Amino acid sequence: MDASEGPIQKTPLFQWHKDHGARMVDFAGWAMPVQYSSIIQEHEGIRNTGGIADISHMGRLRFEGPGAAVFLAELLTRRVADMTLGQIRYSLVTNDAGGILDDVLVGYYHNAQGQPYYVVVVNASNRQKIVDWVHAHLPRERAEAPGQEVLFTDVTHLWAMFAIQGPRSVDLLQPLIDVDLRSMRYYRGAQIRLLHPAAQRQGGIISRTGYTGEDGFELALGAPIALAVWEVLAEMGETMGIKPTGLGARDTLRLEAGMPLYGHELCEKTNPFEAGLGFACHLVGYDFPGRDALVEIEKQPLHRTRVGLQLGGRRPAREHCDIYVGEEQVGITTSGTVSPTLKTPIAMGYVPPEFSQPGTELLVDVRGRKEPAQVVDLPFYHRKKK
Amino acid sequence: MTPEALLYSKTHEWVAVESDASGAKVATVGLTAFALEALTDLVFVDLPQVGRNVSAGEPFGEIESVKAVSDIYSPVDGEITEVNNELADRLEELSDDPYTNGWFVKIRMTDETALSKLMDYGAYQKQCEEESGDE
Repeated sequence: MDASEGPIQKTPLFQWHKDHGARMVDFAGWAMPVQYSSIIQEHEGIRNTGGIADISHMGRLRFEGPGAAVFLAELLTRRVADMTLGQIRYSLVTNDAGGILDDVLVGYYHNAQGQPYYVVVVNASNRQKIVDWVHAHLPRERAEAPGQEVLFTDVTHLWAMFAIQGPRSVDLLQPLIDVDLRSMRYYRGAQIRLLHPAAQRQGGIISRTGYTGEDGFELALGAPIALAVWEVLAEMGETMGIKPTGLGARDTLRLEAGMPLYGHELCEKTNPFEAGLGFACHLVGYDFPGRDALVEIEKQPLHRTRVGLQLGGRRPAREHCDIYVGEEQVGITTSGTVSPTLKTPIAMGYVPPEFSQPGTELLVDVRGRKEPAQVVDLPFYHRKKK
Repeated sequence: MTPEALLYSKTHEWVAVESDASGAKVATVGLTAFALEALTDLVFVDLPQVGRNVSAGEPFGEIESVKAVSDIYSPVDGEITEVNNELADRLEELSDDPYTNGWFVKIRMTDETALSKLMDYGAYQKQCEEESGDE
């Protein structure tokens, strides 16, 4: 995951994390907290109450101007042109062969002056690759085409980003935000003003999105006010049992929620259909890189498909464990851990479709020992709806 | 067992050496509080069978946290005579009590030379301080 070279990048909260006992790791070239206390405690905290996490390492790319909508429609696999104000969609960026370059969220907002813009949130590990991809598809003639201008800005370092996740996240955030969060729907967002004095009347973007399988929000805000707002969230959260959470729990939470992670379930050799992401590909309409290839791939039977596995023993499988049917290797795992909620080893991986039905008994080679495993429905964990 | 009275390996195993009824030296081996604190979130331990011969510096088992798997190394040469099989069911308590109920195996030593390579409490404390400073 060491995608970026050069000096390690730091979020505006770097010193705060260190001062609060975080174990820092290099994640995709960023110094990030993996945990403050225990991964299991932080995981359970988000499931039961809530947690806040610094996700400023995620790449934030801003597109505006009269040509922005069409440009993004010709870059992303998902329809963009019909998005309504405040709408967010999960999309892919594919290469010409239909392989996945990244999975992203695209949101459509208006700024305080009523000017429309799009924000594309990309994986930290893929940010430079996607920035280069954008530039390659946005030559100066196109960016400056009269009446169809596209202004592209990588605002990753200008903004910070927090995840506020868990059943009480709305209670923690609402006093700070000038729009009604309780009525905000999933995969919707808004340009907002932050109400706390620490935010100095500045704005931000809030969205009802996340990577935990729990109700929650993501907040993008200016880097200069990030620390002050984070301290307010941490202090108010403390009284509600909402704690800072590191990337360790973020990984176990997303795994339980059956969400793919780029570099694990997804890579440039993965096609969207085998990954279960066909829903994010609109092959009729705008032409984007990889569309013609995907039209052909969709006609072919799948060679393999992404599945969830529950292991019978106690020993967890990690990524890159071979999956067997009897003596025959049929697949490989892409992520694995012991589920803090289910208290059993869980994994995701790829197997041929004939072995992908829930209930299928497989074997996973965990460091030389074949452990029994059963295909189960994804996600492993469903939150209880109120 | 008080930590001050134990011997320590570079790989964070603790060792208590006693003599059994026949006069043979028996090493009780576990993982230190420092190591368990660094691992956190233990989910699995794999220990050897009684009767297995082990050599100093070679792994005899594995311990896994939510994030990662680590080998457990034998600090001495000898034969495994006892295994703490209850450990697997109470891993979450291990870090509260690493030096008494938290032992992993007992090894009847066939050779005592490896003991001279182990550290006393003071030297091990120093190693831990240096490792903490590296972060």
